[in-house]
Amino acid sequence: MNRFADWGNALYTGRRAYPFVRRWRLWFAIAAALLVLAGGLTALRGGFNLGIEFRGGSEFTVSDAATGEVDPGREAVADVVPGVEPTVTAIAPGTMRVQTEQLDDAQTRQVAQNLQEAYGVTQDQVTSTFVGPTWGEAVSQQALLGLVIFVALVTVFMALYFRTWKMSLAAVVGMLYVVALTAGIYGATGFEVTPSAIIGFLTILSYALYDTVVVFDKVRENTVGQEEDPERTFEQNVELAVNQTLVRSITTSIVGLLPVASILFIGAGLLGAGTLRDISLALFIGIIVGTLSTLFLQAPLYALLRRGEADVRDQDARVGRDRDGLGQQTDLEDAHGAVL
Amino acid sequence: MAKTSPSRAAGRALAWLAALVVGLTAILGIGVASGQAGWAPKLALDLEGGTQMVLAPQTASGEQATPEQLGQAVEIIRQRVDGSGVAEAEVATQGDQNVVVSLPGVPDEDTRRLIQASADLQFRPVLQAAPGEPTPEDQLLPKEQFPAPSAEPSDAYDSNWLTPDLADEFQRTDCAVPRDPGAAPMPADRAVVACQPAEETPAGAAPAIKYVLGPVVVSGTEVDGAQPGLAQTSGGVSTNQWGVNVDFTDEGARAFQAVTQRLTPMPAGDPRKQFAMVLDGRVISAPSSNAVITGGSARIDGPSFTEQSANQLAEQLNYGSLPISFTIESEQQISATLGEDQLRWGLIAGLIGLALVALYQFFQYRALGLLTFASILVMGLMTYLAIAILGWTDNYRLSLAGIAGLIVAIGLTADSFIVYFERIKDELRAGRPVEAAVHEGWKRAQRTITASKAVNLLAALVLYFVAVGNVRGFAFTLGLTAIADLIVVFLFTHPLMVLLAQGDFVGRGHRMSGLDPRQLGVDSALYRGAGQVREPRPAVASAPTSDVRPGRRRGRGEPALTIAERRRAERARAADPAARRPADTQEDAS
Repeated sequence: MNRFADWGNALYTGRRAYPFVRRWRLWFAIAAALLVLAGGLTALRGGFNLGIEFRGGSEFTVSDAATGEVDPGREAVADVVPGVEPTVTAIAPGTMRVQTEQLDDAQTRQVAQNLQEAYGVTQDQVTSTFVGPTWGEAVSQQALLGLVIFVALVTVFMALYFRTWKMSLAAVVGMLYVVALTAGIYGATGFEVTPSAIIGFLTILSYALYDTVVVFDKVRENTVGQEEDPERTFEQNVELAVNQTLVRSITTSIVGLLPVASILFIGAGLLGAGTLRDISLALFIGIIVGTLSTLFLQAPLYALLRRGEADVRDQDARVGRDRDGLGQQTDLEDAHGAVL
Repeated sequence: MAKTSPSRAAGRALAWLAALVVGLTAILGIGVASGQAGWAPKLALDLEGGTQMVLAPQTASGEQATPEQLGQAVEIIRQRVDGSGVAEAEVATQGDQNVVVSLPGVPDEDTRRLIQASADLQFRPVLQAAPGEPTPEDQLLPKEQFPAPSAEPSDAYDSNWLTPDLADEFQRTDCAVPRDPGAAPMPADRAVVACQPAEETPAGAAPAIKYVLGPVVVSGTEVDGAQPGLAQTSGGVSTNQWGVNVDFTDEGARAFQAVTQRLTPMPAGDPRKQFAMVLDGRVISAPSSNAVITGGSARIDGPSFTEQSANQLAEQLNYGSLPISFTIESEQQISATLGEDQLRWGLIAGLIGLALVALYQFFQYRALGLLTFASILVMGLMTYLAIAILGWTDNYRLSLAGIAGLIVAIGLTADSFIVYFERIKDELRAGRPVEAAVHEGWKRAQRTITASKAVNLLAALVLYFVAVGNVRGFAFTLGLTAIADLIVVFLFTHPLMVLLAQGDFVGRGHRMSGLDPRQLGVDSALYRGAGQVREPRPAVASAPTSDVRPGRRRGRGEPALTIAERRRAERARAADPAARRPADTQEDAS
């Protein structure tokens, strides 16, 4: 605890500083490499593992099954529609999932009936889902529309709030990266993409920006009115702000992850695939990626966007030191001066 | 330091919050007491078990159904499902594309067919009319006593359609009993019995009427369109009388002209002067024909028409002109067991998540962690009240996605407090006393919190209005918690923090309070409790420059220095720009 507090103090004063902005080339390269890697793996796997909502088909879930074997499930389907190759999986202890191609009403009910007998359960314990192939498409189309509207509105909102469109731009670019990488991780690992996962993605958008707004607010505070700062370049000011909010970033991501992880590991471990797991998995990945991206992408990107501005160049020239030498900067009290 | 004013403001804020919670509880209490609401929030189908079908409209001609037509379809499906005796069914449009039907349990074949079938609009001549009540049992005529038709009916208007069977059915028909939706559709080429249900009109209650109707003379698909409008005099001046203008297609115009030619000469008051428009087995209007319509444009007038009822009739006619049937896009039958399991584990996971958050907060913020926990509980209480009340007033149902939204919100809510506390710590590090640090920290934190919550709220709003299906449930809880969070931070966490800062435990920076200035690297000499602090900046500026540089690693290896000494040394070093060398930071960064 004491050590953590010490560390927080050191970050606050600038005594200890992580080169979030200075080393931007490295972070950007890593980010790009990750994206390419995830994209490449996704391509190798032949694209996303789309859930039944996107492929269309019938799905049955049996709760409290007497056995976890797959054969009774296969037979239950083969009995009704011979020649169909069903996918039968035990998604959790006592929970079986049977997926087939699209069945008609009568077949669906017959299969449900067979499954009840095969797994020794009552009608109350068999869930059946039938999805037309266009359903998932409709959901994701709406989601995409929502994404576009949200990005447009939030860009304007942030530009107004921060009084600079460059923060807005940096935040939105970073957010798109978060979504792209999260999607890439889904593709690369073969996690199933379901409408619930899409909900998760949409929440990540909101979280990624939320996290960025908190950090950028501090950045703004440290940089606005500091054009005459004789000790620190613009980039160094940005970096100090990111370091000063680092404790918050870490604490928040841990606090955000705890409940999500609890749904993911406790709920989904016992329930198997479903809405809860799909949402929480997307969020789990997204919160981690979102927090890291604020630190390593959005903040340096903002500093870079401002780099060419006359004001910033003047300031940097006055400070007149090596851009990579953050350590040369400043004394403690000026760091205070920035926030007092 | 003025103690009274901030604490009075804090007290007021807490009072507001208490009033809000009491008010919401009272509203819900009234709902429960009047039997309309329950203490528990309403659950959506995926938690309660049941069947949900998403239907896509399909028209024979491939035209897009308009939102009005979809609305009519929902109305008709609802009538059919209710009529078939399925309780608690919900039918709603989703976006402007789909219709969602939620039913408890598993629907049978008939219900399924009913839901999908297209509604059918027919124009039929009236052969006989009577009030909608059945003839009392003791006055029923035995079937044999009805006169048998003298001949085969020659056309649709022929009274010979009235067979003893039909007459018997007619006398027994009770319009108060809704038509069995499972019954076969009315045969177009035969006479039938149909009801016009009772209606409330401004002119008084219009009683139900039952009719014997001849075969179909104009099919609904021949209607080109219908619009409500005020009647015009021959001079083109609008009168106050509402009515509906109906346009027919070419073929419809010819057929309708034939109808009016037959009906118009009938004497006034004779039911056979009327023709009935039948939608989905129910008579929606049965006007008398007062003129021969040759141009394919008719006008239905009546003293009982209001703007609303004219609108409704026009909508029904438009809907009937484009018979929509439905294909099932997706169907989910959720077993009650699965729903219960999901709810139970979802709640358990949420509680465990909450406990973990509380534990972690306590480690990091000590006593302040308890404040966080209390704040989350208050937020939880308000969210619960809001959901339960909305379940009552707006039939809002909590879905699994909604529960996921609530659990995720725990983390997002806690962040408001983290931002706030970190800001207070920053101010403490700058050498302010606790009370002033709370004041300053809040000034900065409230901006950040408001702006970041606005982003969340924006996301929730966009998702809610754009998205379909369970995305909406999720967006709703996310938005709701963002609002509840703001209320709690402003009306609970901050005021309580202000009050705590005036107490000794937090105000004097007790070691366990989480706001111990000594732990935050502030020279304890600077700090003597609330209101007794030297100005921080001069104090540091006058600190002696020292060559002692106990770096982080070296410092730990030098037990000779006490913590306080080390800190003082660090401060001194930090105060001297020359003492800081690039190597220092680079070492840290590696």
